[in-house]
Amino acid sequence: MKSHKVHQLRRILTIIFTTGLTIFLLALFLSPFAFMVFTSLKTQAQRTILGGPIWPAVPVTIQYDGKPADMYKVPIKTCEGYNPNDESIQALALVKKGLKVSVFVDPKNLQKGEFNCVLSWRATPRYFSFSPAWQNFLTVWNGINYPRLLWNTTFYAVSTWIGTLISCVLVAYGFARFRFPGRDLLFMVLISTIFLPAAVTVIPLYTFFVKIHLVGTWLPLILPHYFANAYNVFLLRQYFMTLPRELDEAATVDGAGPFRILMSVILPQSKSVLLAITVFHIVFAWNDFFGPLIYLKPNTQLYPISVALQYFVGLYAQQPELVQAGALMALVLPLILFVIAQRYFIQGIVITGVEK
Amino acid sequence: MFEQLSHLPKLPSIGSFRKMSRMARREMWVGLAFLSPWLIGFMVFTLIPLGATFIFSFANLKITDGIMNPLKFVGLNNYIQYFKDPQIWSNSAGIPGSWLVTLRFGLISLPVAIFVPLALALLLNSKNLKGKVLARTLFYMPTIVPLVAGVFIWNGILNSETGWINRALLSLGVPKDLTPGWTNSTTWVYPSYVIIGLWGIGGAMLITLAGLQGVPTELYDSAKVDGANSWQAFWNVTFPMISPVTFYNLILGMVGLFQYYLIPFVLNNGNGSPGGTTMFYNVYLVRTFLTFMNMSYGATMAVGLFVAILVATIILFATAKYWVYYAGEAR
Repeated sequence: MKSHKVHQLRRILTIIFTTGLTIFLLALFLSPFAFMVFTSLKTQAQRTILGGPIWPAVPVTIQYDGKPADMYKVPIKTCEGYNPNDESIQALALVKKGLKVSVFVDPKNLQKGEFNCVLSWRATPRYFSFSPAWQNFLTVWNGINYPRLLWNTTFYAVSTWIGTLISCVLVAYGFARFRFPGRDLLFMVLISTIFLPAAVTVIPLYTFFVKIHLVGTWLPLILPHYFANAYNVFLLRQYFMTLPRELDEAATVDGAGPFRILMSVILPQSKSVLLAITVFHIVFAWNDFFGPLIYLKPNTQLYPISVALQYFVGLYAQQPELVQAGALMALVLPLILFVIAQRYFIQGIVITGVEK
Repeated sequence: MFEQLSHLPKLPSIGSFRKMSRMARREMWVGLAFLSPWLIGFMVFTLIPLGATFIFSFANLKITDGIMNPLKFVGLNNYIQYFKDPQIWSNSAGIPGSWLVTLRFGLISLPVAIFVPLALALLLNSKNLKGKVLARTLFYMPTIVPLVAGVFIWNGILNSETGWINRALLSLGVPKDLTPGWTNSTTWVYPSYVIIGLWGIGGAMLITLAGLQGVPTELYDSAKVDGANSWQAFWNVTFPMISPVTFYNLILGMVGLFQYYLIPFVLNNGNGSPGGTTMFYNVYLVRTFLTFMNMSYGATMAVGLFVAILVATIILFATAKYWVYYAGEAR
């Protein structure tokens, strides 16, 4: 009986340790988000103030006796007329500076009048209050022309999403449901294109698009998405292969052709995987950097958010609060999408990685 | 995903096409019609440009102010230049060549890209963890942050004056001149990049986790019966069982290393600073063709990249049979 209790206690301690460790690691891992939010809400003065807190804050100053009095965080036991055993710290306004003894008033209790506290005002931390600089977001909004970037990025995402979805569904269906010699070899070629870095094909493509004067337009970016890609075809093929063939066969008996079967038998069963591809594609389009960088270059009006952010930071590198506000504005929409659709992200990743 | 690539499918012979029935022939044509978007795209956007890259590498193609110079073939001149280029192979003056830069960084970043997701997946798979699903989602979350934004956030965190890491080090009592200079220091720039890369481990972590969940519990039970401790159980049961996932992560990590571009471009201007340590191979390649518009030399470098990735892939697949275990396969 006793050993059972010891066992249970050990298990509880292990749970606390494991969960605590995970929370600690998560806090470290996600702390950059907090850094971004805090920094983006500071003014330049708030960011550079010595001894300032990490959150956006201003040192508080009140008017006392017609003069400004700065507020400090004072250990109350050092002050006259307070309980010397009181360990609390109170926000008091400094009236007279002193190296050993300084004079304070309590703004919440002015009738009490001035009193001495045995401390050096220099060694006492200032009292800050929360003061977010929302105007940073407005500055960035106008500085990078956020509505235009959203439009550009959305346009890029949607126009390529249509192509990716149509082409990958067709190709995956071809690989999943038709048998012919050489099919597996072709599938292997498709998978091996994942190994091929863009750099080994991009130079002739870029040269070609320069030659026909299409650099500076969307076309070189959008066109390739209408011709399928290995990841999505793989994902869809794996999924299609799990669907029972009996339904296909029943539809064939009813006289449906292969395209009809795809549209009215396969796709209605594939909503979740189509959604997975959609969310991944949106994130891809939001993230894509290299393509827009090289193909849109002279025409900065067309820049999507990724390249525009880099360009913006080049101009405002000396103002980290604006850089962080810009980063926040660039990631907020994909983040919302993730929160809504995280199930599809996780499912999609697991299929590509674990299935054979 | 890459299991298919470990054994070559049978090449179809002419005979196999002759023997096909009318039905089978019809099935082939319909199948090929469905594959046609990819077949065309593969020709137009992969195969032909790949061939053109080879052809460019024997020419002197440059673009000046949007105008191409007349194409002239120069034989092996680009390759002679390539093999003498100190920016690629290092020189005696101590500037590291871009291959060395890529290799050095890979020796740090690839082990991290394999073992950190593995360690994290083991933690998240622990039966002693409460709130598994939430933890999994939160560790994956940074993966969807656009990389450019993520890089700027981390650049703020890593700032040697105002960044949180150095501020934390100072408050822990580390003397100011011992705090790292991160992205501006030749010593700390690779660790900085590795730290930034941690935000991208979500995918590898998820599939490793899925792999762990697929390990049959009977295997652990029989390992226990045989007297294995948990360390032995990990190396003799868990690791072999999830080795296909590790292999997948390794391959993707390697492909990513050969294409490493965005972070050095955004953080260190793609000019190799500090001290040439961030002139990765792909950074130099893009600089050659995009900044200097030297298409032919860029193409020569691309051929070099193609050969390198081919060799690396063949080596990885050749080693796979010694350590990657595929269930259902005779060993």
